[in-house]
Amino acid sequence: MDQVLNQENALLLTTVRKFLEEEILPYEDEVDKTGEVNPELGKQIEKRAKEIGLFAANLPTEVGGGGLDYRSMMVLEREYGKTSHALHSWIARPTEILLACDEEQRQEFLYPCVRGEKRELFALTEPGAGSDVMGMKSNAVKDGDDWVLNGSKHFISGPCMPDFAIVFAVTGEDKTKRGIRKRITAFLVNRGEKGFDIKEGTKCVSYRGYKTFALNFDDVRLSKRTVLGKEGEGLKLSGKWLGMGRIWVGASCCGKAERMISLASEWAADRKQFGQPIGKFQGIGFRLADMAVGLRAADLMVNDAVDKAENKIMKDEDAAMVKLFCSEMVNKVADDTVQIFGGMGLMEEMPIQRLWRDSRLERIWDGTSEIQRHIIARSILRPLGA
Amino acid sequence: MKILVPVKRVIDYNVKVRVKSDGSGVDLANIKMSMNPFDEIALEEAIRIKEAGKADEIIAVSIGASQSQETLRTALAMGADRAILVVATDDVNQDIEPLDVAKILHAIVVEERTDLILCGKQAIDNDMNATAQMLSALMGCSQATFASKIELAGEKIKVTREVDGGLQVVEVTLPSVISVDLRLNEPRYASLPNIMKAKRKPLEQKEPKDFNVLVKNRLEIIETNEPAERMAGIKVSSVDELVEKLKNDAGVI
Ligand SMILES: Cc1cc2nc3c(=O)[nH]c(=O)nc-3n(C[C@H](O)[C@H](O)[C@H](O)COP(=O)(O)OP(=O)(O)OC[C@H]3O[C@@H](n4cnc5c(N)ncnc54)[C@H](O)[C@@H]3O)c2cc1C
Repeated sequence: MDQVLNQENALLLTTVRKFLEEEILPYEDEVDKTGEVNPELGKQIEKRAKEIGLFAANLPTEVGGGGLDYRSMMVLEREYGKTSHALHSWIARPTEILLACDEEQRQEFLYPCVRGEKRELFALTEPGAGSDVMGMKSNAVKDGDDWVLNGSKHFISGPCMPDFAIVFAVTGEDKTKRGIRKRITAFLVNRGEKGFDIKEGTKCVSYRGYKTFALNFDDVRLSKRTVLGKEGEGLKLSGKWLGMGRIWVGASCCGKAERMISLASEWAADRKQFGQPIGKFQGIGFRLADMAVGLRAADLMVNDAVDKAENKIMKDEDAAMVKLFCSEMVNKVADDTVQIFGGMGLMEEMPIQRLWRDSRLERIWDGTSEIQRHIIARSILRPLGA
Repeated sequence: MKILVPVKRVIDYNVKVRVKSDGSGVDLANIKMSMNPFDEIALEEAIRIKEAGKADEIIAVSIGASQSQETLRTALAMGADRAILVVATDDVNQDIEPLDVAKILHAIVVEERTDLILCGKQAIDNDMNATAQMLSALMGCSQATFASKIELAGEKIKVTREVDGGLQVVEVTLPSVISVDLRLNEPRYASLPNIMKAKRKPLEQKEPKDFNVLVKNRLEIIETNEPAERMAGIKVSSVDELVEKLKNDAGVI
């Protein structure tokens, strides 16, 4: 979709497109086939991203970031969505949660991330606690001035072996109106800490080459300085930024859908059967029309959420609606694109099957579609006392 | 030294061009427009000269409809220091002809006292390849066209030109107009910090009458046609078959 962009964002779009064309798209096939990003390639993307100013563009200039607002970040994330996390995640956008660091923590964790000297992981999910975050078992117990952390995490993802992880763990219980509630705290845990084991997890067929890690904590002793934000406020902290993360998933789904629609349209105009381009058959033409409408609606939802976020009135359900609609849309588009390509859509040499596999993850991570619906339904019913 | 770089807003080179149904020209409605690629190369060269400490200021100029402002913002984001927009028409479909463009540029050169003018060899929309030559004639100064290499040494510039069948090296003395060819350099794209900075760089707006130029087109477009559609190719299975086809079907050997 040609969006109405101001001049800076139009320039930004040109820059990010050229960047992807030169630094990322040429490597997509190889990375997907081998399931690996050569670390040298990763470093090269990182270096070029720094030169051009795309590195850490999401963080405020006060901490050394690019200081882009949400609308500009939307432009970037939408373009990144056209390609693989395995590659574009080397253009780091360090998690905004790190802005909760105090000055001493900023020196050790935030600034090195902005400079590209360190990489973080965001470790919430556990083998026994995926959608059910509150089912979390990892826990930290106070011992004198220190905390002692035990438990495990999995599916924790990033482009490469991290330097530290933001680990969420239970640190107690609160009695609330709705019963007992776990207190959850975020810790900054350095790799190499005694008792902290980190391994590459099993390989994922979406975004091949993007790594997931399994983390294990066995009596890891942490000083009180490693608490990020306040004790017991871990989820409040992550919730503050997870909403935006869901908007970026939405924007990237729009980018991916745009790429597939353009491939599908060209194919439908070129490929002839029964003596005419297949796009001329209503069965295909109408499908393309629906794909285009789906994308348009999704783009408008992302833009609307960005407006709301800029005006600080975005609610959890707004983000949930965007995440739900855009991720379902891109999967419909992916399936339709495979259908329009016929057998060719499933051939390894074609990017279609890759985009189709990549799309699938979007309905799962950052909260499954079911969980998004749960959030939306709750926002409708709770005010009615149900 | 100041360098002047004229930049034109043209249809993006990636866009599939469509002829208007009445044949009066190319359909520009809702079409992506960009800086003329040859002008990008000229600007890149100017920036490199400045980065090498051999120029103090780069002025980008665009002459056309007010939308050309976008092209100038791109130039500023790439590295031009300031920009002059000359609004010469309110119709995006109107092409300002080379002579009027050259006259306006000449007036700016005089006003700004620029010694070096770096232009694209032609605009990819009308392929005129005339503005640089006309400007140099109006200025009564040296010119070097189709540059694929530019080396500055004081008042002298050594320019390698791409000519039919090879390269020619000429030496010109400042002031000079140089038109650049495709292989001179690879233009950079704007970095984020420069995009942000471009917002604050000065962009002056003028009209042809400020330079005592009356814009009037001398050419009349009678007809515009799509190029003939290319026939689908065929695959041959052997060299012998290829030779046979070239001999008997194509009749070229
Ligand atoms: C490649 C990849 C990268 C990831 N990166 C990270 C990361 O960096 N950090 C991180 O913390 N996590 C990460 N995750 C984890 C991801 O967020 C979880 O996979 C996701 O939240 C779902 O959890 P689950 O896989 O355990 O599925 P489950 O929670 O077991 O869900 C299985 C199915 O049950 C459904 N379901 C569950 N509860 C309900 C309910 N109440 N109502 C209706 N249906 C329900 C789900 O929707 C789903 O369809 C990543 C996952 C993957 C695959």
